[in-house]
Amino acid sequence: MIKGEIVLGCLAPHPPHLVYADNPDENEPTSEGGWETLRWGYARLARKLKTIEYDAIVILTPHWQTYIGTHFLGCDSFKSLSVDPIFPNLFRYHYNLKVDVELSEKMCEIAGEAGIITKMMRNPDFRVDYGTITSCHLLNPDWDKPIVTVSSNRNRHYYSVEVMNEQAQALGDACRKAIEESGKRVVLIASHSLSHRHFTTEAPLPEDMSREHIYNHSQYVWDMKVIDLMREGKMQEFIDLMPEFTEQTMAETEGGGLTWMMAAMGMPNYPAEIYGYQSVIGTGNVVACWDPDEETREMVL
Amino acid sequence: MSDDPVLFGLYVPPHPHPLLAPDQNKGWGELRAAYDECRRRIEESDADVIIVYSTTWPSIVGHQFQVQPEPEWVHVDDDFHFLGSMPYKFKMDTEFGNAYRDAAESRGLHSRTVSYHGFPIDTGSVVALSLLNPDNRIPACIVSSNMYANRAETIVLGKAARDALKAQGKKAVIVAVSSLSNRMFTKHVEPENDRIHSAKDEEWNRKILEFFEKGRLEDLSQLSRDIHGQIRVQKVVAYKPAWWMAATMGQHNNYDGEVLAYAALHGSGGAVIQLTPSKGSVGDKEFDEDDVEIYRGDRNVLTTGTGDMQASGGVDGPLDEAERPTEEDWDWKNPLEYAEDLYDEYGSTVVSHASGALGVAAGTVIAGPVGGLAGGIVARKKVSKMLNKDGAIIAENAPKAVGAYPHARRVGKLLFISGVGPRNPTDNTIPGGPIEDDKGNPLDYDIEAQTEACIENIRIIMEACDAELDDIIDITTFLVDMKRDFKGYNKVYAKHFEEIQATRTTLAIQALPTPIAVEMKVIAKAP
Repeated sequence: MIKGEIVLGCLAPHPPHLVYADNPDENEPTSEGGWETLRWGYARLARKLKTIEYDAIVILTPHWQTYIGTHFLGCDSFKSLSVDPIFPNLFRYHYNLKVDVELSEKMCEIAGEAGIITKMMRNPDFRVDYGTITSCHLLNPDWDKPIVTVSSNRNRHYYSVEVMNEQAQALGDACRKAIEESGKRVVLIASHSLSHRHFTTEAPLPEDMSREHIYNHSQYVWDMKVIDLMREGKMQEFIDLMPEFTEQTMAETEGGGLTWMMAAMGMPNYPAEIYGYQSVIGTGNVVACWDPDEETREMVL
Repeated sequence: MSDDPVLFGLYVPPHPHPLLAPDQNKGWGELRAAYDECRRRIEESDADVIIVYSTTWPSIVGHQFQVQPEPEWVHVDDDFHFLGSMPYKFKMDTEFGNAYRDAAESRGLHSRTVSYHGFPIDTGSVVALSLLNPDNRIPACIVSSNMYANRAETIVLGKAARDALKAQGKKAVIVAVSSLSNRMFTKHVEPENDRIHSAKDEEWNRKILEFFEKGRLEDLSQLSRDIHGQIRVQKVVAYKPAWWMAATMGQHNNYDGEVLAYAALHGSGGAVIQLTPSKGSVGDKEFDEDDVEIYRGDRNVLTTGTGDMQASGGVDGPLDEAERPTEEDWDWKNPLEYAEDLYDEYGSTVVSHASGALGVAAGTVIAGPVGGLAGGIVARKKVSKMLNKDGAIIAENAPKAVGAYPHARRVGKLLFISGVGPRNPTDNTIPGGPIEDDKGNPLDYDIEAQTEACIENIRIIMEACDAELDDIIDITTFLVDMKRDFKGYNKVYAKHFEEIQATRTTLAIQALPTPIAVEMKVIAKAP
């Protein structure tokens, strides 16, 4: 059997504002645009993804929060309406997606063998979280590939960011092994922002870009520091720094997404491709990817 | 019949087990039976509306109120999806939901309603309403639990519920949906093996239940921070349901408490409890934390002046070197260091009181609002020596502020005194009488007595600043009824200020935060 591989890893933030600004048919609210720097970056990365052959997308999202281990989607398909509980005025998205259950079961099994608490999610009424929907829509708006959503285990709340980081690495190692055994070509997505201090009020017109800026300068400095590490291919250094970054910026990295992805990809020591950085309601967001193939890897920004 | 707008309050767990799997565990079944008993009691009550505050509905942009008339969906829990689906169709009291939103905004909270098909109603609300009101006999209102809200916001949110109930003349059953201890097992546990996660959680839960049984809700509210630190996994910034429940039910300890069931829910503490307003119980207590009427905070604290938690001299931090007077000037100490002194002398309880007051004063000048022993010590030992410094001043003998502001603030050579009303500092009564009763009906009152009391309160605050009425430069007076009251107010004013000759402005305004007719704000020379 051919050994499976991870063909691309994407850091894909999921503010619902980006889908709202994009005005796809699937989303009920409409807008006058906004956050173009991120959306144009997303569009460029989506074009790159179209040039890559792959079988499935595996995404770890902080908005499917589980406290009893890590859960994996386990039904063939899901069709429903995703409404963001924080910004229902922006995001009411009708989705219809396929799941690669075989791959999902494989990851669940091997992670379980590695001592990680796992569970398959088999309830067909389950509503897929808006983080998954947003990141997948922006990277693959055609929804022509099956996905696997991996929940974000919140042991961070029980133990510490350090423990969370260790567990996410163990999960990443297990997922890589499962992908290799599956024989499939897989794109990974870590669905989250960088700094995550955000405004607690909303502009009357959400897409009013005159109101948008990073929450404060220290968050910006942190974001630039870690983006520099990404550019320089120093992901082990970033992962080592992750607990402090998470604490200082209240980052969604606490959900383990980037750590999981980097561990699965063997802690890349090559430069990330940076597609865009912009704030959304004060949070810092970067669209980036890690391309293991030297021939297709490029300096984007 | 009681005129309390809240008939009774319920505290119930958010987990889906009593709804979906009551037969799988004895304790889950007991919780279900208790839920069923509460359903019967609600059906037999005269409630017009059920108000649900659920800790499993976290919001970020203010507080949210569900006002979709008939939300309908099939809900599945993120963790316990294997227990089954929860189809629901609820009936919301949209009129009340909008009124609650308006009342919350009036009290300074950022608030908004949500009315969207498919909006994800949280597990706790779905479980509670499915079990307590399965036939939608009584319309409901669900309010979110803001992730970052702390005590002030949550207390005010509870008071706003009472405002809305009174305004609409409605009676409510209120429901706080929350665990006691919330530490769950992080691995899968067979139903028959479920138990409270640890002995410590069990002991704390038992203590909380004892408070509930004795009707000591306000005491629980005051203990909220301790409870959060001891038995709550730090998912959010604070344990809020006791704050909301206490504020919504009138902030006292006079309830008949009944614990109908208590059991483990995957390690966390689940309890079904009823509190009914009563004349008895253990009576009101002297509480530690200030009451709050209007929320004036700004959660963007990192970018604002005195609320800047990370700025030097901010509310959490010691003053930096540049702000400190030199040792030659006086025997100055950072306020936080006084807490250490107090700890050495009197132990942790006193210090926690003192530290709270020090925090309120933003690490600047303290005149001792803490009351009792600790405040007295602070005042006697050091405060008079600290008055030459710029900063906030809280006068312990003046009426308590009705918001997050000091009585006065010194800036350079000027003293700015916050608006001062006539409330009696010792018992909060209003000399000359209030202008309206609890229901808003107008009452006769004596404007001259109110004005006298107002000026006396100013004098008390000036004294705490080492100043006197003669130092006043400018006065702004607010009257709620200019036509009726100007003459009487002007007469008393002249008695005190004719010789001082401060500049003055008198304004007519619609209302003041308490039922008073006059408020005065002054600027004075600093000593």
